[in-house]
Amino acid sequence: MSTSPSTLPAAPVSEQTEDHRRMHVVVVGHVDHGKSTFVGRLLNDTDSLPNGKMDQVRRNCAAEGMEFEYAFLLDALIEEQEQNITIDTTRIFFRTKKRAYAIIDAPGHKEFLKNMVTGAASASAALLLIDAHEGVMDQSRRHAFLLSLLGVRQLVVLVNKMDLVDQSEETYRRIVAEYSAFLKSLGLQAAHFIPIAAKHGENVVERSAKMAWWRGPTVTEALDTFTHEDDLTCLPLRLPVSDIYRFDHRRIVAGRVEAGAIRPGEELVFQPGGRRSVAKTFEDWPGPSRDVVGTGGSASVTLTEQIFVERGQIASHATSQPRVGREFRARVFWLGKEPLVPSKTYRLRLLTQNVEAVVAKIEKVTDASTLASVPSDSVPRDSICEIIVRATRPIAFDLHHECPVTGRFALEEGGRIHGGGIILEARSEGGKGSGKVTAAERTARAGHPPAVVWFTGLSGSGKSTVAELVERRLFDAGRNVIRVDGDDLRAGLNRDLGFSAADRAESVRRAAAVAGLHANAGQIALVTLIAPLAADRAKARAALANHPFIEVFVDAPLEVCERRDVKGLYAKARKGEIAEFTGISSPYETPESPEVHVRTDRNTTEQAADQVLQAIDRILAGKGEDWEV
Amino acid sequence: MSRTAQNDHLTRLEQTSMHIFREAFANFRSLCMPWSMGKDSNVLIWLARKAFCGKIPFPLLHIDTTYEFPEMYEFREKARAIHGIDLIVRINEDAIRRGVGYATHDPVTVTHELKTVALKQALAEYKWDALVTGIRRDEDPTRAKERWFSPRTADSTWDYKDQPPEFWGQFASVAPEGGHIRVQPLLEWTELDIWEYIRRENIPNPTLYFSRNGKRFRSLGCHPITHPVESPASNIDEVIEELRRTKVSERAGRAQDHVGRNSMQELRAKGFM
Repeated sequence: MSTSPSTLPAAPVSEQTEDHRRMHVVVVGHVDHGKSTFVGRLLNDTDSLPNGKMDQVRRNCAAEGMEFEYAFLLDALIEEQEQNITIDTTRIFFRTKKRAYAIIDAPGHKEFLKNMVTGAASASAALLLIDAHEGVMDQSRRHAFLLSLLGVRQLVVLVNKMDLVDQSEETYRRIVAEYSAFLKSLGLQAAHFIPIAAKHGENVVERSAKMAWWRGPTVTEALDTFTHEDDLTCLPLRLPVSDIYRFDHRRIVAGRVEAGAIRPGEELVFQPGGRRSVAKTFEDWPGPSRDVVGTGGSASVTLTEQIFVERGQIASHATSQPRVGREFRARVFWLGKEPLVPSKTYRLRLLTQNVEAVVAKIEKVTDASTLASVPSDSVPRDSICEIIVRATRPIAFDLHHECPVTGRFALEEGGRIHGGGIILEARSEGGKGSGKVTAAERTARAGHPPAVVWFTGLSGSGKSTVAELVERRLFDAGRNVIRVDGDDLRAGLNRDLGFSAADRAESVRRAAAVAGLHANAGQIALVTLIAPLAADRAKARAALANHPFIEVFVDAPLEVCERRDVKGLYAKARKGEIAEFTGISSPYETPESPEVHVRTDRNTTEQAADQVLQAIDRILAGKGEDWEV
Repeated sequence: MSRTAQNDHLTRLEQTSMHIFREAFANFRSLCMPWSMGKDSNVLIWLARKAFCGKIPFPLLHIDTTYEFPEMYEFREKARAIHGIDLIVRINEDAIRRGVGYATHDPVTVTHELKTVALKQALAEYKWDALVTGIRRDEDPTRAKERWFSPRTADSTWDYKDQPPEFWGQFASVAPEGGHIRVQPLLEWTELDIWEYIRRENIPNPTLYFSRNGKRFRSLGCHPITHPVESPASNIDEVIEELRRTKVSERAGRAQDHVGRNSMQELRAKGFM
């Protein structure tokens, strides 16, 4: 029967809450299996269309000489009508007698899988359409796989276009048998398989007279049996920190409770880090403050003790804390245009945590439509895989089956999300491998590729000062970094060398060799060496061709360097006490095209270091496989 | 209502919107919230104050088309004082000088010049990374396709054909070169939700929404192109009761939406909210 807002009976008070909680339902299935038509028909038959909408669409169709289709009601954008495919998720509101719904009309076209994921991730139930005439297709299977990954457990399968198979119960039974076996292999089970003809509204809202053999529910009856997503309030507290506010005298820890509940007076542990404090007050505006904040609530918490807390940490109770580690095994769906590859650095986002991570290993890539697993060294777009993820820093997480919200994550590059995954198993770091340790493995463990950063410039130009700050910043960011300093080398390895052209060349060669060894070990090597001759520097670059190489020209005019004269060398050189001193009695050949050019006479050390760090960041984030040794 | 209950529908919407505000503030260096002074905009202010414990930590922007209803200018000053708003007001003076106006130009052109272009001018001046908007998915079909965090290019266009995926509370966090992100905390709200929330929280709003002489405004824009609807609803309770029954779309009284079949899509692809 048809329902509309105006004919709704007054709901008993006890059902008021249920009635007001809108349920999100995603509609998925293979392209052309009738999703948009179905939703259009559903809206029409539940009397949920705005006045005049139907007439408007009919008029538009007539004006363009097209036959009216229910799908046009939804496909509001011109492009969609031309291509006859739904480009993005649209959200449609309607209600039955029982409650309000938001229908997400997710597209079935393969190209738009990322939109299907976006739609399905916010749904608590799914309707999956299969064309009775065409049968189970590639996307019918792929979408079910994704639903299982996204954690959508409530599913009704609609066997559509029954009018094209003469309402045949036998055809229906065949599809039910085939598809329920597939669902079972994913650990999914459909609540119902409903035979429908969406175009004609059969078994959508009204029971079909042509399918008298069908004794089960109509679509709206089935929808009304869905329950809201599991309430996570009974799970242990998980409160990821979104921010720390200091707008006035208060210091407020802000975040959304993702699982469990929090009350003032409770002791909190912030992971990673493990610092503890007690929740003192909730600072709700305009007040009065709540006495408990449960799952889904945005909390504003002050602490009794002012410990260091930052965005990304997860607050929990001491008795049931999340795991903390850098490595886990995950099942991942990949939507990126570029394949997912080991040796490339991604950003891993888990709630408010955002850290760099690499794929330490691709265990298998699964064909989402056949569930066959194939070994592969990269994961192409729109496929599903199992991988070992290794973060550069420890993160707090749970396994997906323990707590879904802290057991799933997204992978991004350049601010754009390319994939998501659920955590299956925590791993202790450095699992056993076999054979020679490869550069890729070192990169995976370090979380970044190695590099050589070569600082050249006059004595006193500030090479070591800038390099020391760069080293500090990289080290604090969790990078493997080491400085190879010209003066240190001269005190040891190069003790036998003087300042003749030949000795300078040998000194540069040795410094390059030392830097190469460090880079092979996975380090970012910061070399500080005057290296006055372009030819020597070119040889060093060539010798280190296996690694990303950044030449930094630390530039300050001779007068400035001489005025600084930190080591008193210029004074000695001017007096003739040091022979062949670069800039005074020996030439310095200015680099022609250094990767970075810093002016220490005009910029602060911080600015110079920032310039160098940006160049390093580009290398660490940007390059692909070319790091292989 | 119990102060512990979080399961009611409006509280869920409120708490989610607060989270969106907080994630936006944590993600973007500079944030601004355009303020139309309409009901959705006023709910946004309220939610922002809830998210940030009373004080909005970023400026609001009023794009003054010079065609606002006189009551709206009064309301602006009143609300500014009530909420302690740091307000920037911008007018596309250049278009006004060129004589762009409803007497001589079509509504789509005027809306584009006096709203969208004025917004672009302000963006160019202040270089905000993100703008908080009050759009809702139920308003019209193009808005149904929106994301919580929706990237806009340098010339404010919306690439609705290639939107970033969004799931598990993870959003696009980097704007395209020279562009910005639209942050849309009210995406899941409906017109009815807005009014029920206004009633529950007692949020200040212009009185134009209530019936005078048998007519009221459901949606507010420039006075020459915004028409009242027949309605006896003279207070919030009556408005809510009316919305529960109506099947006329909210923006039916907004002329610029209905000039061509796809005028809304054209406006929005060019940067309109």
